[in-house]
Amino acid sequence: MNIHAIRVIYKYEMKRAFNTIGQSFASPILSTVLYFVVFGSAIGSRIDNIHGISYGYFIVPGLMMLAILTQSLSNASFGIFFPRFTGQIFEILSAPVTTFEIVVGYVGAAATKSLIIGLLILITANFFVEIHIAHPLWMVLFLLLTCMSFSLLGFIIGLWAKDFEKLQIVPLLVITPLVFLGGTFYSIDMLPPAWQTVSWFNPVVYLVSGFRWSFFEVSDVNIWLSLMMISVFMLICLSIAWWMIRTGYRLKQ
Amino acid sequence: MQSIVTISNLSKTYEGGFQALKNVSLDIQQGEILALLGPNGAGKTTLISIICGIVNATSGSVMVDGYDNTQDYLITRECIGLVPQELTLGAFEKIWDSMCFSRGLFGKKHDSAYIEKILKDLSLWDKKDAIIMSLSGGMKRRLLIAKALVHEPKILFLDEPTAGVDVELRKDMWVLVERLRESGVTIILTTHYIEEAEAIADRVGVINNGELLLVDEKDALMHKLGKRQLVIELDRPFESTKRFDNYNLELSEDGFAITYTYDPLKDNNGIDGLIKSVQETGLKIIDMHSIKTSLEEIFVNLVKGENSQ
Ligand SMILES: Nc1ncnc2c1ncn2[C@@H]1O[C@H](COP(=O)(O)OP(=O)(O)OP(=O)(O)O)[C@@H](O)[C@H]1O
Ligand SMILES: [Mg+2]
Repeated sequence: MNIHAIRVIYKYEMKRAFNTIGQSFASPILSTVLYFVVFGSAIGSRIDNIHGISYGYFIVPGLMMLAILTQSLSNASFGIFFPRFTGQIFEILSAPVTTFEIVVGYVGAAATKSLIIGLLILITANFFVEIHIAHPLWMVLFLLLTCMSFSLLGFIIGLWAKDFEKLQIVPLLVITPLVFLGGTFYSIDMLPPAWQTVSWFNPVVYLVSGFRWSFFEVSDVNIWLSLMMISVFMLICLSIAWWMIRTGYRLKQ
Repeated sequence: MQSIVTISNLSKTYEGGFQALKNVSLDIQQGEILALLGPNGAGKTTLISIICGIVNATSGSVMVDGYDNTQDYLITRECIGLVPQELTLGAFEKIWDSMCFSRGLFGKKHDSAYIEKILKDLSLWDKKDAIIMSLSGGMKRRLLIAKALVHEPKILFLDEPTAGVDVELRKDMWVLVERLRESGVTIILTTHYIEEAEAIADRVGVINNGELLLVDEKDALMHKLGKRQLVIELDRPFESTKRFDNYNLELSEDGFAITYTYDPLKDNNGIDGLIKSVQETGLKIIDMHSIKTSLEEIFVNLVKGENSQ
């Protein structure tokens, strides 16, 4: 295996994040703080406890997910789109690297960044509410799976997009609604029955629910179902990314 | 000589249906410098890109050092370095980091001393901490060469290495290419500057419309297709008489100059007799010079002939 290649790709991507620290880390954290202030404190103080948990606390896992999802997508998609755009990608294409190594390098770096952001948000949240995590290992597992699978999805978007507009459009038009309708700010059982049914088709519901369970032991969905859904989602993304690189889809003429 | 790259019946049809390569077969010899000449859009970059794994072939095969370049791509790519035609580089990266990246990508252990040597060879050492964006075009081109060399390839593809490079630097580049060849690297370069092929190549291949028209030793090619002309300028217009018939002279429009085409390799090339005959007509020779057909003319004639068919 070409460990050196994985290392340099990973390092390059991480360096890019730390060079633009404001955009990479400060901005997702700032926006999460704003959510805390507006939803958690200002509005949350007028909302009843959900499943016995104060609203400000209830939204912590959802907010972490929101940030991780959007950051994974934008980081991973930009990471591979940009070299395609500038033509630098020729170097990767002409190098003795396998699909696996390319994916590990790019997606690994994007997932790492998301993980860092997730943890920073958790630390920040600690200043607003007292955090107690019921199942830390489950939490870490969900965190990792989410970072990886959405970085994979971002990677796919970055390979697929032909221009900057397409690069933005999927996260904006597809992912953002899914995240907001995925129970980030509420429990699914607060929705009217019809919308509850619709929600079961939203993969983000399973993510947020499982992640929330690891914090409070309350969830909309069975924890194992959540785990299964996210694993399936990851496998699908992995297969697509694999196929795209193997066949050189939008990479090679 | 042993061939290091064997291209067999390679064809490429791009997505839109345009056929950029038509059944190209070519053997590249170990240790040679092969220049690929051809007008814009001939298919040079396409050919190189397929060998390097950037473009998929439609049909045909490429063997590098005995390995198939799609099945055993991990082996074949390791021994190939590519300098692309376009200046495709990052913007905010430092030169040094960019070099480390390229070396690692090809599976080589980091080696500061080697990177330093390459950067010095390409006169980029004092720029090692600069960001790529701050380099001039010629410097970027050299950085691309440095990046292609940093994993110590056995075969180097240079796609128009001297486009946009000043004369002095071009000469430097030729020296570098020669030095690489001495160290055993096989070099394939494309160029529009025929003088470049003339100056450094061992063999020359001519591509036009996706077809390889010919590949030959440069010297043999010049020998076979090259000729010389002697231009004699006179004080008064020349009037041909019978004794000049077998010289096949060309007359300039005003008649003040005659051009004699001869084979420089023949012992009795007739120059001596021609000059005597001219002087005997009473005309005074004012000036005289000879013209060597360059590879350029050979090339232009070839491509022209091909296009008019
Ligand atoms: N990605 C592509 N899609 C469609 N056609 C292409 C593509 N790349 C190249 N071509 C076409 O293939 C032909 C050969 O292009 P190529 O780049 O190989 O030429 P070249 O010999 O390198 O020319 P130049 O000297 O201008 O660099 C051209 O007609 C070009 O328009
Ligand atoms: Mg070209």
